[in-house]
Parts: sequence; C-alpha cells; structure tokens
Amino acid sequence: MIQQPNVWKFGDDIDTDAVIPGKYLIFNTEEELAKYAFEGVRPEFAAKVKEGDIIVAGFNFGCGSSREHAPLAIKGSKVKCVIAKSFARIFFRNSINIGVPLLECQDTDRIGEGDHIEVDFESGIITNTTKNETYQATPLPDFVRGIVDAGGLIAYAKEMVQ
Amino acid sequence: MPTISEKILSRACGKEAHADDFVIATVDYAMAHDGTSVLAVKSFREMGVEKVWDPEKIIIPFDHIVPANNEKAASLQRDIRQWIKEQGIINFTDSGGGICHQVLPENGFAMPGKLIIGADSHSCTYGALGAFATGVGATDMAEIFATGKLWLRVPRTIRINVEGRLQAGVSAKDMTLYIIKNVGADGANYRAVEYYGETISSLSMSGRMTLCNMGIEMGAKTGIVPPDEKTFQYLKGRARDEYTPVLADDGADYIMEYNFDVSDLEPQVAKPHEVDNVSGISDVAGTPIDQVFIGSCTNGRYEDLEAVAELLKGKKVRARTIVLPASRSVLIKATESGIITTLLEAGAIIAPPGCGPCLGAHMGVICEGETCLSTSNRNFKGRMGTGGLIYLSSPETAAASALRGEITDPRSLL
Repeated sequence: MIQQPNVWKFGDDIDTDAVIPGKYLIFNTEEELAKYAFEGVRPEFAAKVKEGDIIVAGFNFGCGSSREHAPLAIKGSKVKCVIAKSFARIFFRNSINIGVPLLECQDTDRIGEGDHIEVDFESGIITNTTKNETYQATPLPDFVRGIVDAGGLIAYAKEMVQ
Repeated sequence: MPTISEKILSRACGKEAHADDFVIATVDYAMAHDGTSVLAVKSFREMGVEKVWDPEKIIIPFDHIVPANNEKAASLQRDIRQWIKEQGIINFTDSGGGICHQVLPENGFAMPGKLIIGADSHSCTYGALGAFATGVGATDMAEIFATGKLWLRVPRTIRINVEGRLQAGVSAKDMTLYIIKNVGADGANYRAVEYYGETISSLSMSGRMTLCNMGIEMGAKTGIVPPDEKTFQYLKGRARDEYTPVLADDGADYIMEYNFDVSDLEPQVAKPHEVDNVSGISDVAGTPIDQVFIGSCTNGRYEDLEAVAELLKGKKVRARTIVLPASRSVLIKATESGIITTLLEAGAIIAPPGCGPCLGAHMGVICEGETCLSTSNRNFKGRMGTGGLIYLSSPETAAASALRGEITDPRSLL
C-alpha cells in the first residue's frame, strides 16, 4: 500500500522564527535548514516529516521576518505544500519565488493532525480521505503555478529566456 | 483621490497606478544585511548576471550576527564582503556600524517619496520619513540587484488617526503596541497604513521610526507618516538626494479608518508569544524578569537611551540588563553625553551596535523558563532562545523594570 501524505497541523500566526530560528541564518542550503525546521515548536518535525507530507495551518502563516530561510527549510523538508487560511505577505512571495506551493483554504479547522489529504493544485480541491470530506481552496493563478512548477522564479525566468 | 502609496508607486512605475494594480516599479534604494544578503547573493549568482544594476543604490549594513560568533558566520560574511568589493558597492557598513534601520535614516537614504526595498521585514521603518518602504526576501532582492526593479501590487491603505497627549512615562512604543493590539497581528496584511493626528505630528523622528518599524507586526506592507517640517529638519545636511515630499490628496480612498485617543493611555506590554497580545501595565506589573534588553531597530536610538539613563541614574539594576545602541553614531553621542557611563554605573552591559539579542542568533540568549523584557519588536515563541518568555515594552518600562527585577510601571519612578 502506498503511504498517503500525512498532515502536520499548526495553529494561527505561525511565525518565521517558529519555522526556522534566527540562529540558523548561518545556513544557506535547503538541506541544512530542513534539519532545524520547526525546531522550537515541533521538535520532532525534522526527523519525522516524510516527502509529500502537507502542512496545514490557520491564519497568517509565515508572519514575521523576511528570511527566505523559512520557506527554504520547508522546501528542504520535501513537504508537498502548505495550506492555510491566510499567509503573511512576504512569506507568500518568498515561497512562490523558491517553488513552494501554497494554498489558501478557509476550512483548515476541519483538517486534523495526521489526516490523509490529497490536493489538486489546478482546481484547488482538497480531499480528506480520513474524514471523507472535500474542501475548496483558492487555486494559484496559472502563471504563479508556472513559477512554482519550474522550481522558483529564477528557474522560471531561465525557462522563459530559453 | 490617491493615497501616499498610490502616488509614490505611480511615480516609481511611470504611470498612474491605483490600489490593487500590479506594477513594475523602479527602486530608489535597495538594502540587504548580513543575515539576508547571503541568500540574495546566492540567488543573484544563480541568475548568471555579472554586475549589479547600480552599486551606488545598494546599501549593505552588517548587523544581524556581528561580530561573527562562529566560523560558519565568519566565512559567509567574508564571502559577502568579497562580493561587495567586486561589485563596487560603496555603501557598506561592516560589523559595529549599526542596525540597518538606523543606518539608512541616519545617513540620509530614507527620504520622502522614495521607494526603498529592504531584504528585512522591518524595512517599513523608513515610512517614518515619508518613504514607501517594504521588506522582501532573497530572491526578490536578487532581482533588484540585477535589474533595479520589482513587481508590486499597489496596496490599499488604512488610515490611523491618533489624538491626545501622551502622559509622562508613556512613549511612542506604548502607543504603537496599543495600535497593534487593536488592529491585530494580521489586521493590516497586504495594506499600507498612513498615520495622522496631533499625537503623530508631535512625535520625534525617533518616535516615528518606532511606530513605522512595527507596521509589519500588523502585517502591513508599509506604514507612512506624512512628511512635515520635522522630517525636513531631520534631513537637512543628511539627505543623499533631492526629494519631493508626497502627501495624500484630500478625499484619498482609505479602506478603513481607526481613531485612537491616547490621553489616558497607560504603559503597554506585549505578552508571550504574540505581538498583539497586549495588556496595560497594571495587568502585568510584578511579573519577575531575568533579563532586560534595551536596543533594536525599534528602540535603540539616542532618545531611547536617554530615557533609560534618566531612570537608571544613580541606581543599580536587579535584572541582567543588556543595552545595544542602534548605531555607532548613537553610541558615540551617548558616550559623549555621559549616558553610557550612567548605564555602566547602574550595572548594565553595553554591547556593540547591532541586532544582538533580538533574534536570538548569537548573544543575550535566554534559556528554557527564563523571562526577558525587551524593547524590540517581536516576542515570538523561542525567538530569543528555546523555551524563553519575551515581553515587549517601551524603554521607560524596560528601565523601571530592570531596577526592580520585575515588570514595573515607569510612572511610579518619575
């Protein structure tokens, strides 16, 4: 049986210090940063997160510092995407710019820790197979999805130039 | 009718722009510090561009982890110094020069009507001088390094009016925390904020920087105080360039308006772990503290140190007290005026200008169960050290609390 993605559930106002503490600004690769992702708030995250897992949160995810280390740490954790009720502005830009997909969905309270969910990025439909429910997220506009799919803004721009 | 943000971004993109429009704007000044330039330079190199768009418009102050605390930080900083040299970037201040958000205003880069983008979330500080200033991440900064341009969505604007005279012992920080309490940690997300009213006009430039600095703590893209005579005075002999003050038109379109009267405002304190978790001091007075941090891009300016020295003069602190002047100039001025001696005699530690304990990166770190009262801008869980508790306050409250070893109303000592 294929192991389905697992939800890591967070609350409101998850700040970038929670995603990656300031002392790790001395690292500049996603692999190194991923080792310390959520260290202060979910110490088990870095060791237990699996490729394809999904982070689900409430309002204002990624508030605080402009450190791109935060979405890089998430990218390095190989999570499939972050779903939240809303995102802080700088974090949103940074995530798209480095190719981390984000989805805004108002129903994240219905998704629990460890639920198995599937995400269709094109339609924005989230299927919760644990609870047998579906939710509608706001899909990213096509060109933004293009940037994410390319792996980020620099790769996207290079593709465009070629 | 246009707001200040609409006017500045229209000028910067070369055509009339309205709220919600996407524009490609030409940046007047770009800033990155040691903490963020590492990734910005990495992205810039990945782009395969050889030279930055204009080395005179890029400002790089080293302030986050200074002086370097380990080999890794030292090696990253050496790499950036080398890049700065290769690129011919002259506006570089190395370790000890000060915090970016003090270095830029002090050296006249923050001016009315300018578009200033910083690779730091508190870049909104420059709105205190009437600039449109906002923070971005490394990839966006790399783009600016390469092209001098950035795409932006023109924000809608919230108008905040503040009236009333602040009591003695109550300062800009208290007013700022009170505003954040009311607007909420994401209440201004994606918005610009314009500040009006007699309380705002009567704030010093230092107080205006405290206010605008914390706009990001309500999610704001920028926070702007309309430039006035005080702004022009501050810029005399300092401004790097010609500037045209930009004001909103009468009848400008605001999506929301707040009105505050601060005449009776008591000192405010943000409790762990959210900046909008704010109480009046009467609710938290008596909370024991282990450490006091006075400094940061919010409250490390000369006027802040002066207020602290006034309370500490001839007395001894009971809590470990760390003071970081916001810049070398602030430190020199405070040394010459005797403030530094007063602080040292009171038992404070004076550390070199920089961000220091604020982000828990390399000094003044607190441990599990310890409490720090800080004049900085963020009390996020674990920010100054895993398991530590952070309260935010004005310099006056921080000084009074340092003396008692517990959160104390500074008005009781005046």
